Amino acid sequence: MLTQPILEGNRLALSRLLTQVENDSPEGRDALAELFPHTGKAHLIGVTGAPGTGKSSLVNQLTLHYRKEKNKKVAIIAVDPSSPFTGGAVLGDRVRMRDLSGDDGVFIRSMATRGSVGGLAQKTAAFVQVFDAAGYEIIIIETVGAGQSEVDIARLAHTTIVVEAPGLGDDIQAIKAGILEIADVLVVNKADRPGVENTERALRSTLELAHPTKRVVHHHGRMMKVDVTPSRSPERSEGAAKGLAHQAGDSSPSSTVQNDKDIWIPPIIKTISTEGIGIPELAKAIEEHKFHLHQSGDWSARDRARLRSELDAVLQEALMSRFLTGAHRDEYEEALEKVIRRDMSPYEAARILLNGKMK
Amino acid sequence: MTEKKIRVLVAKPGLDGHDRGAKVVARALRDAGMEVIYTGLRQTPEMIAEAALQEDVDVVGLSILSGAHMALAPRILELLKANGQEHIKVFIGGIVPDDDAPKLREMGIAGIYGPGASTEEIIRDIREAVK
Ligand SMILES: Nc1nc2c(ncn2[C@@H]2O[C@H](COP(=O)(O)OP(=O)(O)OP(=O)(O)O)[C@@H](O)[C@H]2O)c(=O)[nH]1
Ligand SMILES: [Mg+2]
Repeated sequence: MLTQPILEGNRLALSRLLTQVENDSPEGRDALAELFPHTGKAHLIGVTGAPGTGKSSLVNQLTLHYRKEKNKKVAIIAVDPSSPFTGGAVLGDRVRMRDLSGDDGVFIRSMATRGSVGGLAQKTAAFVQVFDAAGYEIIIIETVGAGQSEVDIARLAHTTIVVEAPGLGDDIQAIKAGILEIADVLVVNKADRPGVENTERALRSTLELAHPTKRVVHHHGRMMKVDVTPSRSPERSEGAAKGLAHQAGDSSPSSTVQNDKDIWIPPIIKTISTEGIGIPELAKAIEEHKFHLHQSGDWSARDRARLRSELDAVLQEALMSRFLTGAHRDEYEEALEKVIRRDMSPYEAARILLNGKMK
Repeated sequence: MTEKKIRVLVAKPGLDGHDRGAKVVARALRDAGMEVIYTGLRQTPEMIAEAALQEDVDVVGLSILSGAHMALAPRILELLKANGQEHIKVFIGGIVPDDDAPKLREMGIAGIYGPGASTEEIIRDIREAVK
């Protein structure tokens, strides 16, 4: 079997396969097919946020924590943008992860976005499968928050951490509701800097605005108060629950207990990632989120949604290329010309092409 | 199928000062369409070899100003080889006395560039070397 060395922990084989997968080679595809039955075990953690908020420093510390306290194998996929003009990239996240060197239980791979957003998501998903099969129990994906890509990555991850920091023009406007919607855990990093309270306050009020309605729809039309077991996570839910309680409008213990597993309100964790402060709390929140995913059935729901979109993407590509390699190439070009001349709309063209009545 | 990109690890081994030169080269390589993994200051040979392994790079570029090239270069080449990556081309930028250059080439260093070298030259040599 091609992939035996990877299953046995050969790091060079793993690294080479990642390159094959990234270049979408036939060997890469074959290997992925072999590895697939070995996947589905890892906890995928997305880390996103504006440039310079301290994501890599945070990943560094979080990984140290998983290594020292939990003895878990950790893979890190550090994604940075390619230049749209030259296609090149400077991938600099490793600079903040030097503490992780010399540890065979950690594997860091940098990845450039290379063009299309959809392609990035597909390749990241493939990287994740390789690491998962190779026995990495935690897979952390760092992306710079800049639009569609982190939403795609969030869809891929089980737990998405959004990192904010004070001093980045962080008033309420700057903290976009959109990015908060994908957050399962919010981090205010650089808590040693002035303005932390402002950032935290802004986050909290944006959370109030952004979250409940979304969640209500998804959770049987009810907004719940999550803080029913304060002993389990005092700092985590205190703030979030306080902010949301008045909207929840329901604190009757019986129904709360009954439903609390369905509701997740993103906790806000303050960290100083250069010093490791707040990291145990962050790890705890991540663990609680994982627990919540299992309790609520969201773990398998996310798994299903992720694999479905993967299958759909592959299928679309395959159908398209099969269609075009058939007798349809010329007809396609002809239709395209008509569309360009405005003789035909894309819808009409597609309908006619599918009916095979172009001529 | 995506075209194969040239991947370059840029590292600054040794304990000396700044990494301005390394950053300039890193950006020039990016502008030439390469993917540059930048690792920063004070890298040990072990850290460099490990990063090269994880990143599956084609090229390692070392910025060495400390004069320690005769110790660092063979060590890094040896570690790359031990990892099964003897195919990686290693380039050195920095201050290398004329006497040492032939010895480094002998060891297997693919190119040596002083402070006056142009980035165009480096880019051309890298493209040639990984063909
Ligand atoms: N004061 C302070 N500085 C921090 C903290 N965390 C990170 N930094 C600094 O912030 C800068 C950026 O840190 P990175 O970890 O590279 O941030 P990043 O979000 O990964 O950056 P990009 O990947 O470039 O978007 C570095 O100079 C870090 O040393 C913190 O908690 N406090
Ligand atoms: Mg980073």
